Amino acid sequence: MSRQLRVARAGVASAAPVFAALGDETRLQLVVRLCTEGPLTIVDLTAGAPVTRQAVTKHLHALAAAGLVRCKPGGRQRQRIWELEPRRLQQARQYLERISQKWDGALERLKVFVEE
Amino acid sequence: MTETDRIEKQVLLRAPRSRVWRALTDADEFGAWFRVKLEGPFRAGAAVRGRITYPGYEHVTMEMQIERIEPERLFSYRWHPYAVEAGVDYSGEPTTLVEFRLEEATGGTLLTVVESGFDQLPSARRAEAFRMNEGGWAEQMVNIERHVAPA
Repeated sequence: MSRQLRVARAGVASAAPVFAALGDETRLQLVVRLCTEGPLTIVDLTAGAPVTRQAVTKHLHALAAAGLVRCKPGGRQRQRIWELEPRRLQQARQYLERISQKWDGALERLKVFVEE
Repeated sequence: MTETDRIEKQVLLRAPRSRVWRALTDADEFGAWFRVKLEGPFRAGAAVRGRITYPGYEHVTMEMQIERIEPERLFSYRWHPYAVEAGVDYSGEPTTLVEFRLEEATGGTLLTVVESGFDQLPSARRAEAFRMNEGGWAEQMVNIERHVAPA
């Protein structure tokens, strides 16, 4: 197996849990909010969500387990602040990018085919 | 629809729309550039099977469920993306939709390709599909590089 292929396989193994974690509407909403609004407390995040604070906490821990978000102490009333772990999201985007490259290859062949 | 659900590509082809349309919708011509030997013509509502001719993937059979054929405007089909593992039955899994749209453009034809529905696929399948195809990337990148390099 080539080095490139080994690296690619390792990439897939680590990308799968990211997709699983994002495959839930509430969790995806939380990621979108952290993405657009920056670091937020549980109170902030619950204010805009149609679910309870306990549910939001549970979802945040699921996202943290997949390495998508992290928390740090120090918010209002010593609440923890949640923020994105940008590196993991980038890996998920890279995954789709590689599928996209397959289309690039096919379209290049089509281009040669119709232009010759 | 999320960012991870779809892939969109656009390419200007220096050929008349009728030429591009034939390359997309004549099953033999489609097979020539896509690298698949198809068993029958494309007809809206019909399924077409074919054997991949891309080196290293000759054992793979693919099936396209043709959706729409609107002359020189739109060609679309559904399939199981990257369903390349021998002995696995993909028929119970969701498909993705591939749409080719043609537009008149200065100097040729503007082709837009959209593949959507990735969010519906099981995450394990997406990971596996990616893994199975990885061998082909390096080679395709070389092809692209050769094509875009100044002559």
